[in-house]
This record gives sequence, structure tokens and C-alpha cells, in this order.
Amino acid sequence: MKSFAYASPTTEGEALSLLAEPGEIEILAGGTDLVGLMKKMIITPDLVVNILDIPSLKTIEQLDNGAIAIGAAVTLDEVLAHPYLDPYPAIGQAIEGISSMQLQCQGTIGGEVLQRPQCWYFRGGRGLLAAGGSAVEDGDSRYHAIFGNDGAAKFVSASRIAPALIALNATARVIGPVATGGSPVGLNGEDASERFFPIEQLFRIPRHEGERESVLARGEFLTHIILPDRRNFASATYEVRQGAGPDFPLAAAAASLRIEGGIVREGEIVLGQVAPTPWISRAAVAALIGQPVNEQTAEAAGLAAVTAARPLSHNAYKVQLAKTAVKRAILRAAGQETGGF
Amino acid sequence: MGRLEAYPTLLQTNHLGQANPVAKKTHVSTTVNNEPAEFLCEPRESLLEVLRDTLKLTGAKEGCNNGNCGACTVLLNDVPVNSCLVLGVEAEGASIETVEGMACEGHLHPLQQCFLEGAALQCGICTPGFLVTAKALLDKNPTPSEHDIRFNLANNLCRCTGYDKIVKAVQEAAKELAAK
Repeated sequence: MKSFAYASPTTEGEALSLLAEPGEIEILAGGTDLVGLMKKMIITPDLVVNILDIPSLKTIEQLDNGAIAIGAAVTLDEVLAHPYLDPYPAIGQAIEGISSMQLQCQGTIGGEVLQRPQCWYFRGGRGLLAAGGSAVEDGDSRYHAIFGNDGAAKFVSASRIAPALIALNATARVIGPVATGGSPVGLNGEDASERFFPIEQLFRIPRHEGERESVLARGEFLTHIILPDRRNFASATYEVRQGAGPDFPLAAAAASLRIEGGIVREGEIVLGQVAPTPWISRAAVAALIGQPVNEQTAEAAGLAAVTAARPLSHNAYKVQLAKTAVKRAILRAAGQETGGF
Repeated sequence: MGRLEAYPTLLQTNHLGQANPVAKKTHVSTTVNNEPAEFLCEPRESLLEVLRDTLKLTGAKEGCNNGNCGACTVLLNDVPVNSCLVLGVEAEGASIETVEGMACEGHLHPLQQCFLEGAALQCGICTPGFLVTAKALLDKNPTPSEHDIRFNLANNLCRCTGYDKIVKAVQEAAKELAAK
């Protein structure tokens, strides 16, 4: 590992002052992704700011409107066990899919959402876009994107929980310097601002090596994920994995559905592991609205979700897996999960 | 706040373009196996390196050094973590338990005894990680099902045993602990 300076602030304001320092800076929470990347010298910060000692980032609170604010540094096992999250099984199912006690106890929800892609060209030191995308195009693309892959970015967004959070209309709270355009907030004198936005807007498809897969500007960081009151929605996550071990899924989907009188009235369906961002499928939802949930309608929604897929040379198999993930997430949300899953 | 005050000097050194500056060492006070422990380490040293190289507790093993194999598992504030992915400086004020802390007054922990009697190890490299992870499970859930055991041990890899004897040893240890 390259040598770096280390700081462990105890307030959000102190963290912001540190993030305003010069040099390359990384935020450390659970470390399950960052420390490995630093060891391989894929990421070589001058300063590491540990946010685990900031108490305000380590709580799960119910707000007066029924929303739930989850601190970015809350560990995954704490999220999984918390009764406030019981009405949102899509989140717990995604965490259970991370079949590693160590990663659940050590990893945080903010870090899970913002973890770097698993793309083997990126992890092999060839950059996020690996030769402008041609390393993947001409190489082994079996775990790469089937959507949103017409630019240089071919990797898939790695987060397991983000599809569920997006399907449940979660909001991100990000704080940073005033220059980022948020509302002023009394964290650190005049210099701090906070902004709230739909969590899907945290992700982007980078166009050049200077961009990352998250929109966070220099000096900003994610402090909370706010789940609106969606207790009248049924939700589920379904991941297609090689086995029951800690491998990453090959395809995944999260669904949240408001079902009244046996008919789907509204919802969100979000695919994971298929594009450089979590991939919202309006087509899948449109196919379900006004329909009852059953094998046929769930299958039709799955088909609608993958109609626009554009696989690369080695990953056409992912189209079928993504279609099935959507179908099974819908059935699971509606309580129709059957044997043979 | 000592660390924060020391920080700007370090960063200036960096920012002025000196290649590969050496970060100052940090003094860390922690608890290891219920005993107070202090050490000096650079921020880039992992907790695993500190345990093995500085504190000479070589029970936790370095396997993949990337969080995949679980051989380095220790308990940090009572939960299992991959110590290769924890920085030594993060141990400040924490409580750490390693495989060396499991035996008590010359008696093996029931998990250790059952691993031994059930031949739940061959080469033994993965064993400290399995023991510590299994202890965390039994501390939390004294009557785990086979599924619970397999699920909780999923991030501990063993290339020798095929896992069956490990699962059985944990089941036996759970029975022994319940009988006590």
C-alpha cells in the first residue's frame, strides 16, 4: 500500500474540512472495498478520512413523516436486524445475498452503495474504462453490461442494495462545500451545504477516465439514505448467483409494487449487475400496471425489461438471467415465491 | 484530536510533490484478548499486519489479503471482521479477540476441542478464522441450525476438508456449550 495520512473526524463538519484539503482523498468506512483497492495500488490516496467515528452517521432514525434515515456508516448487519426495515424486505434480501458475516458486520450501507465496480480490467489496473472500452469489447466481457454499454463504460454497477433503494424511492443526503450548490447548513460555518436528491441520481455512466461512476463532487460525501414511508408497497430483491457463497450476482432485480384489489397500481422495477448504473426499467413496470401478479404477467414484465438489451460478445446469457431476475423479484414481492427458485 | 492536529504537516509534505512520503506512525491503544495493548503503526498497516508482525499474535492467518477467504478473521467489538481489510489505526479504543484468546486457563474452547476431535482441519491455515467466526455465531445464537452454520461460515474458505467435518464440529461444540 502507498503511504497515506489518516484522520478520523468525529463530526460531519470536521470531515468536510478534511475533505477540503489538497491531494487525492478517499473516504473510509468499512474498508471492505477500499482497503483491497489500496493494497493493489488501484487507488492511491494521499489522505484517508475515516467516517466511522462520526456518531450522526451511525444511527437509523424514524422521521416524523414516517420516513427512515439510515446513516451511511451503519453496518449491513445492523440494517438487516433493524425492525424499522422490516416493512422493506427488498433491502434485507439484498443484504442476506451478501453471504458473508464478515462483510455484513464490517461493510456499511454507504460503502455498499458506493463500492467500485468489480470489472476485472478495472481491478487489474487498466482503468475504469479500460482502453476506452476496447479492452472489454475485444476481451472477456462475460460479466459486463448488457444495457448502457454503447459508450466506453462496459462495467456493471456493483451495488447489491442500490436497486432496492431506488425501487423504494430512497433519497440521498450529501454534504459538501457551498460551491456544490446545495442549501447552506450550519455544519462548519459558511462553508457547508447539503443537498437531497433521488438516490438513482447518485450514479452515472462515466464518459472519460476523469469521471467516476458516482456524481459526488470533490469534497462531498454521502451521509444518509432516506427511505420514504412505503409501507403500502410490497417489495423484493432477487439475485441470480452461481451458488450460495459470497460471489457477486450475475444479474439481479428489485421490485416495489403497490397492489390493490389484486391489481398492480404503481411500482418501480430496477435491475442490478446489468449496466454501469442500477438500471430502472419503466417498460417492465408499464407491462405490470393494471394487471394481477401471476407467472404470466411477471414473465411478460421480465421480457419487457430486457427487450432493449444489447449484450456484448460474451454475455448474451445475461439477458435471460436478467429477465428471470425481474420475473422472480415480482413474484417474490407479491408473496408468490414457489419452490425451485 | 491528536491525529487531526498532526495531519496538516503530513499533507503539506505530500502536496509539495515529494515522492512516497512516509506517514508518521500513530500510537494506538486498544484491547486484545481482554488485555490492554499499545502499539505504533503507520496508517497503511493492516490490523492483520499489526497483530502478526508487531504484537506477535500469529494465529490470524494471511490468506488472500483481499477479504475473500476469511483466514484473517478476528472479532472487532464482538463481530467478525477480515482483519486484512481493517487498518491498524482503526483499532484505537476497540476490543479485539483473536484465536489466541479462545482457550481459557489451559483448557481449549469447546470449539477448538471439537475441531480437534472431529478432525475438522487438515492443513490448518483456515482454522483460526473458522474458530473465531464460529465463536461469534455461537455467542449470538447458541442453537444454530446446519443452515445457520453454513451461512455464517460462508466467507471462510477451506481447501482441504470439504466443510462437512467443520459443520459437524460446530454442531458438537454448540451441544457441549449448551450442556454446561
